[in-house]
Amino acid sequence: MSALATSVGQLHLTNPIMPASGTFTEDLADVFDLGILGAHVLKTFTAEARTGNPTPRVCDLTGGMMNAIGIPSKGLEHFLTHTLPFWARYDVPLIVSISAHSYDAFARLAAAVSVPGVAAIEANISCPNIEADGRAFAVRADTTGHVVAQLREATDLPLWVKLSPNTGEPVEVAQAAEAAGADALVVANTLLGMAIDIETRQPRLGNVMGGISGPAIKPVALRMTYQAASATRIPVIGCGGITTVADVVEFLIAGATAVQVGTATFQSPTTMQRLLTGLEDWLRAQGIASVNDLRGTVALPHAPAPVPAMLT
Amino acid sequence: MNAIPKDSTLTTAPPYRCAEALTVVRSNAVVNTDYRLLTLDAPAEVLDCAPGQFFQLLCPGTADDQPFLRRPMSIFDFDAATGSLRFLYKVTGAGTRGLATLRPGDRLNVLGPLGQGFSMQDDWQRLMLVARGVGLATLAPLARMAQAHGRQLTAICSARAPEFVMSVDHFRECGAEVIVVTDTDGSSSPDAMRALIEARIAHDGVDAFYTCGSARLARMLQDIGAEYDIPGEIAVEQQMACGLGMCQACVRPFHEGGKIVHRRVCREGPVFQLKGVVA
Ligand SMILES: Cc1cc2nc3c(=O)[nH]c(=O)nc-3n(C[C@H](O)[C@H](O)[C@H](O)COP(=O)(O)OP(=O)(O)OC[C@H]3O[C@@H](n4cnc5c(N)ncnc54)[C@H](O)[C@@H]3O)c2cc1C
Ligand SMILES: Cc1cc2nc3c(=O)[nH]c(=O)nc-3n(C[C@H](O)[C@H](O)[C@H](O)COP(=O)(O)O)c2cc1C
Ligand code: FES
Repeated sequence: MSALATSVGQLHLTNPIMPASGTFTEDLADVFDLGILGAHVLKTFTAEARTGNPTPRVCDLTGGMMNAIGIPSKGLEHFLTHTLPFWARYDVPLIVSISAHSYDAFARLAAAVSVPGVAAIEANISCPNIEADGRAFAVRADTTGHVVAQLREATDLPLWVKLSPNTGEPVEVAQAAEAAGADALVVANTLLGMAIDIETRQPRLGNVMGGISGPAIKPVALRMTYQAASATRIPVIGCGGITTVADVVEFLIAGATAVQVGTATFQSPTTMQRLLTGLEDWLRAQGIASVNDLRGTVALPHAPAPVPAMLT
Repeated sequence: MNAIPKDSTLTTAPPYRCAEALTVVRSNAVVNTDYRLLTLDAPAEVLDCAPGQFFQLLCPGTADDQPFLRRPMSIFDFDAATGSLRFLYKVTGAGTRGLATLRPGDRLNVLGPLGQGFSMQDDWQRLMLVARGVGLATLAPLARMAQAHGRQLTAICSARAPEFVMSVDHFRECGAEVIVVTDTDGSSSPDAMRALIEARIAHDGVDAFYTCGSARLARMLQDIGAEYDIPGEIAVEQQMACGLGMCQACVRPFHEGGKIVHRRVCREGPVFQLKGVVA
């Protein structure tokens, strides 16, 4: 058994490193063999075709970036006839990220992508829920529970639920997702932000506001990973700012079972490749037999703390 | 803070289309008040390039500037035989200010070659290149390609003033006839340039246009191309993040089959057919 092997629920992964949704396509195969990754996580798509937001869609920040890409999508038909057959060439679990603006549409899309070749569904519940005045499902426990329950009914595939850091009740949201039947939590998505060009006084993103990602958000994602892992019994996949082997190890110690790498791949497309060899070397140097031995081993100052209540 | 250590050894083996590679600065010379020419020692794995392609440079941070994303730069010149790779750049912001601090012997992480370069169809014998500003950098390797293919080339170089015209010697060395037009003497105005180009079409004929660096020039060439049925290619720019086609940051609208479609500049471009571009 390789030191890197792990599993997310029933799903076996050869290693805990996978891309974050929206930062990965087949284009990365230009740079290295995508067969080495623990899983393939695709860009979120919606049932209908969408073009996405106006440009500029990205901007640079100290320690990261902001994006307002806006989920351009070629729709369900294109996914089934083009995207799915392409990924079948790899013997790597395929995780399909979906989104929709209403409970019903979300559940219908989950059912439609529950087809052979898909290993798990990742529900991106950070998009605006039109039935809740445009607030994202993931900002509140009740809307999270409601959408996850409907998704659970719609599919027998493992259901991963991707949480948002833009909530004041992260523990309640994580617990609501677990109670409604999520098999794993992906923690977390981008933090809502804004940047202004002081010369023109215009927002630096065409969509005015956007999602912050990269090293700058790592402490927030790590904190939420710890909260979610402490407060639920389902696997947590850490995501946010992961760039180095030390970052990966930190998320595992905080309680993550696996990690997703996003923005770091934009700065250096070989990041995931390098993390894989680096993690294996680090484990060997430390005399640690398996990545699983790291999970949730954070040494707290006192007896295991109750679920932190600082943000509730 | 740049999260990725810039001195780590990065290699990717063939058959990969592009690679992240560590290069060493040979020189970083001032060309004029705005522009610099960066010459790098680059490994063979990134030197299988085509004119019009670009690289994503991981620009060094300075005390004042901490660029995070890479910056796209057209290939100004590449030579696998001598292991050299060159970029002609304008110092505009955080990334290029960082580039300007590079000294001989410094290292620079580059990702490339990226994107689709220019094509040169067999029946395009008489070529006309029209560029302004930094567009001249992008079109420079095209002149060498034209020379290698034995094509006749006219280069119209537009600039604010004569001292900002670049690449003239380079174009001449490649056997091109060079025409310089500037804002100072009014020869770069749309009317004057249109008259100039139409005179060339009437006299010698033009089989194809290549352009880069100015939306106004692009629109003018689209007009002339439509009127005289002359095809063309254009290299366009857009803000980028990944440079590989993954993030969809760099899309631009294009006319295609009576519809507006979005194409990724880093992947389907940066070179596109002139007639579809929304300039
Ligand atoms: C395919 C391609 C080829 C290019 N080739 C050259 C070249 O050969 N020489 C040259 O001088 N410039 C070239 N540019 C433009 C160059 O990338 C920008 O001037 C540069 O990114 C500015 O970065 P900065 O940090 O110095 O400026 P800032 O204004 O601080 O940049 C802030 C952000 O805006 C982006 N940005 C700013 N201007 C542009 C632009 N015109 N196009 C795309 N993104 C921009 C930057 O990448 C960065 O993300 C090219 C652009 C593209 C897309
Ligand atoms: C350009 C870009 C596009 C993204 N698109 C999506 C998306 O479609 N679906 C999604 O769930 N997350 C998306 N994300 C968020 C990432 O998956 C990830 O959660 C976030 O960027 C934090 O991780 P990082 O700091 O490693 O990038 C996107 C992020 C970026 C930078
Ligand atoms: S820059 Fe990422 S898709 Fe073009």
